Amino acid sequence: MQKTVAKKRRSSRTARANFWELRLYIAGQTPNSIAAIANLKKICEDQLKGKYRIEVVDLLKKPQLAKGDQIVAIPTLVRRLPPPVKKIVGNLSKTERALVGLDILRAR
Amino acid sequence: MSVPKLKTSRTPLPKASTGIDGLDEVTGGGLPRGRTTLVCGSAGCGKTLLAMEFLVHGAVQYGEPGVCMEFEEATEKLTANVQSLGLDLGDLIKRKKLLVDHVRIERNEIEETGEYNLEGLFIRLGHAVDAIKAKRVVLDSIETLFAGLSDAAVLRAELRRLFRWLDDRKLTAIVTGERGNGTLTRHGLEEYIADCVILLDHRVNEQISTRRLRIVKYRGTPHGTDEYPYMIDDDGISVLPITSLALTHKVSTARVSTGIDGLDEMLGGKGFFRGSSVLVSGTAGTGKSSIAAKFASAACSRGETCLYFAFEESPNQIVRNMRSIGIDLEPWIQKRLLQFHAVRPTSTGLEGHLLGMQKLVKQRRPSVVVVDPITSVVSVSGIYGVKSMLTRLVDFLKVQQITSLFTNLTFGRDREDRTEEGVSSLMDSWIVLSDGERNGQRTRGLCVVKCRGMAHSRDLRELVASRKGMELGEAMINARLASTVAG
Repeated sequence: MQKTVAKKRRSSRTARANFWELRLYIAGQTPNSIAAIANLKKICEDQLKGKYRIEVVDLLKKPQLAKGDQIVAIPTLVRRLPPPVKKIVGNLSKTERALVGLDILRAR
Repeated sequence: MSVPKLKTSRTPLPKASTGIDGLDEVTGGGLPRGRTTLVCGSAGCGKTLLAMEFLVHGAVQYGEPGVCMEFEEATEKLTANVQSLGLDLGDLIKRKKLLVDHVRIERNEIEETGEYNLEGLFIRLGHAVDAIKAKRVVLDSIETLFAGLSDAAVLRAELRRLFRWLDDRKLTAIVTGERGNGTLTRHGLEEYIADCVILLDHRVNEQISTRRLRIVKYRGTPHGTDEYPYMIDDDGISVLPITSLALTHKVSTARVSTGIDGLDEMLGGKGFFRGSSVLVSGTAGTGKSSIAAKFASAACSRGETCLYFAFEESPNQIVRNMRSIGIDLEPWIQKRLLQFHAVRPTSTGLEGHLLGMQKLVKQRRPSVVVVDPITSVVSVSGIYGVKSMLTRLVDFLKVQQITSLFTNLTFGRDREDRTEEGVSSLMDSWIVLSDGERNGQRTRGLCVVKCRGMAHSRDLRELVASRKGMELGEAMINARLASTVAG
């Protein structure tokens, strides 16, 4: 698996560095989940407009997915791309910390 | 000292058997069913093993599938570790009797950006429990969360919620925790778990490691409050209740020959009571081992089995030495009536010896047991420990109506001899061998100091070991010899 990732990385390094694939884990429509979705959308629109994709996973519906990404806390945001994989927890209300955690500040 | 028994007139708290030798005994039947038990102790004390045995025995023996949330070891590593102790997790996992979920939290991966809770953990646990219809749960060791997440207030609130969640679902759970400085667990888990707390302790005393288990609390049920020694060996954990019987064992009036005619004669003409304990003590070279061997040989010649624990000599050496005084043990060994078990006293701690002896006795079911000599064991662990170990061993043997003979090396009058006074009170019969001198020759004397429950001779008689075997001479009237008799 690492091999394919490495290959992909080589083939489209620039394109990938500029594309953000984010997965947000929530559990039902709790205030924290709703806040996290809203905060994430705002951050992405402000910082990564046009080069991001958000996938929201509701663990109440798909509990089996929690194991794969080692989810313990809710909400958890996983930066699947660009590599390396990063994980941040919380409702993303602390924007500065979210930007640091996602490495967006450095990326800009 | 004894383990309290549940009174049947009250409704006993429902319990879930752990299947761990001895632990169910000291807890009066197991852990509180449908509740959470905290197992705490320092690193390497066997917390994880205890928890895994609880799950595996639950799945195999009691038809209760279990989930293990493992926060420390990866699943493969855990499987390999407990496999070495005879627990096959892989098979149970395949048969959906067991589910292990490895929860990995690495702080450097996680940035905290606002409010959160541990719903993810609840969902994972709930999903796992539902998947195999689990009745038992282990969280090992949930305190790792404190290292991974920084918001202690959130964690505490969530842990409280988690333990309530386990209670609501009527899951019997074990939560493990590392011992803290002056507290039972590092992060005070004991504050949340009110029902049952078990503390494991692993200490090293004069280079011998001993493990102790204590039930710190167990709400709603009487339980043993002592520190119980426990062992980890090839079969996993075993807890040794100090004395689990209350001197209520059956007593036999049947007699067994000592193998020496003269000695039988001194003991009312018939020998020891079956199932009694005998101490043979004396200074070096007075013939303790010879008496032990003669006793063993006599048992074998009656077609009975004998288990001989040798702490000082190898079986071959004993056989050779005994042959020189006309006791041939070889045929009994070949007929498998006599079995030697030779170990160095320093090879393990006292509990190790006790457990090993009990296991062998359970396997072989001998009618006679010889321990030669107990003094060697004293050298590794002091008189108090030996006495409590012997109490347990003697009780254990008596319950099974096994006649036991212990030899004990004494040092004569010059040296203080605490073994003897400590040990002799446990024994039903006490034979003292002594050393004397007559007409320029060393002679050996034998006298029966006590023999509970029978009239016995008070004579001091000469013990003669020749190529023809052990014999007792006529009663000696020799002041110098009598003066050296211990006691």
